[in-house]
Amino acid sequence: MLEVRVGRRLGPLDLDVQLTLGRETMLLAGPNGAGKSTLLRLLLGVSRPDRGRVSLDGDVLFDASAGIDVPAEARALAYVPQDYALFPHLDVLRNATFGLSALDRRERVARAGSWLERLGASHLLRRFPAELSGGERQRVALARALARKPRAILLDEPFASLDPLARQELRAALGGWLRDWRLPALVVSHDPADAALADRIAVLEHGRIVQQGTLQDLRLAPASAFVSGLTRSEPHR
Amino acid sequence: MSIAGTRAWNAAQLAASTLLGTFLLLPVAALLLTLRWTDFEGGLRHPLLLPALRLSLFTTGTSLSLVVVLGSLLAWWIARNPGRPARWLEAVSQLPAVIPPAVAGVGLLLAFGRRGLLGGILAERGIALAFTTPAVILAEAFVSAPFFVQAAIASFRRVDENLLVVARTLGASPFRAFVRVGLPLASPGLLAGAAMSWARSLGEFGATLLFAGNLTGRTQTLPLAVYAAMESDLRAAQALSLIMVTVAFAVLLVLRRVAPAGAIPVPEARRA
Repeated sequence: MLEVRVGRRLGPLDLDVQLTLGRETMLLAGPNGAGKSTLLRLLLGVSRPDRGRVSLDGDVLFDASAGIDVPAEARALAYVPQDYALFPHLDVLRNATFGLSALDRRERVARAGSWLERLGASHLLRRFPAELSGGERQRVALARALARKPRAILLDEPFASLDPLARQELRAALGGWLRDWRLPALVVSHDPADAALADRIAVLEHGRIVQQGTLQDLRLAPASAFVSGLTRSEPHR
Repeated sequence: MSIAGTRAWNAAQLAASTLLGTFLLLPVAALLLTLRWTDFEGGLRHPLLLPALRLSLFTTGTSLSLVVVLGSLLAWWIARNPGRPARWLEAVSQLPAVIPPAVAGVGLLLAFGRRGLLGGILAERGIALAFTTPAVILAEAFVSAPFFVQAAIASFRRVDENLLVVARTLGASPFRAFVRVGLPLASPGLLAGAAMSWARSLGEFGATLLFAGNLTGRTQTLPLAVYAAMESDLRAAQALSLIMVTVAFAVLLVLRRVAPAGAIPVPEARRA
């Protein structure tokens, strides 16, 4: 379980967020500038909250009052950004083994290979990111992140850089995978169609969570114009 | 633009290109075309050549290593920090490129000379820098550092922040993210910067003359040897100059092949 209570003032944005995420998929929605990306950076440990506490399955990752700040590389949080951030100078296999330097070479290749296979990307091993389609990149990025056996996964706009057809296909696939992995998963998106992926939705506006619940909850009693816009549109893709 | 206007514009470009191109090429061509082969051979046997060539290769190699190692770390820090101190440091790192080399020589002397700011403290410990080979290295590092640092900052800034964040979440420490992601992605720009920096260092004259002097075998680099030879034998100076041009041109040519500006390392080359 990922428990988050953080605050951070950054220019005009005053972020103050409380979230609890079990073994479920939560959609974090919100208009541009609401603080979604800032929140992800705070959770990942690449940027430091001013106050609050973050814990994962009881282990404290950050605690301002106790002076605890576990570095990003030790948080066991997987992160897949919008453009997937594959290392352009490494082929698919080297990308997928990047996070496995603690293992010996044979184990590294076996572990990464098995994840690439589960995600349908095992035929791409020697290809370079520039040679892959958007969908293939996403599969490789997911395999790379999951090969490290993370304890939670954060996905930033996972379908934004895909064409509509690939988007539809991967949204269905990702929904299935997320259910299989049973990891706490936070999916940042502003696309109403992504709501179907999630068990719960949290809406961030002006640095605050204005509402959270199931799609049904939000639809019945939308707390803001953004929420009603988000839930009114039928998933159309 | 009218047809006549377009013609005039094209003609202006052609004229400017021809004029400036010829002007830039002419002195180099003159070095080559006005030298007889026997004079060149004589120049190769000139007693100043070998010590100066050896010293130049040693000092520029050392100063380049210093500049690349320290400059990479400095440039990485500047490129990844948006704040005011980084901006100041960037300006400071560019300073030596805009001050005249002779002024740099005076400054180095006043800093590291026997009675200089730091030189006094060093002298008390028995370390004298001015007019020694290390002084040559310092002078070269001082004037050439901006060329590498500027190129390195630009290449490091082009490294996508997200790649580094992902590297961290994949277990890489900040240092490992730098070595495995930042350096390889910036390497074409770093190589190009190193080449420019080395070329500047090889040609360094003014600061070296003032801070290190002109002592054969100890502080007399190739440009100083050219200067010394000029006083007695123009042909020898010309032969030495030609050797410098050849060496510099060859290295730049090799580096240009290795580092096509701004390109990501070619996949095929990585696989080999």
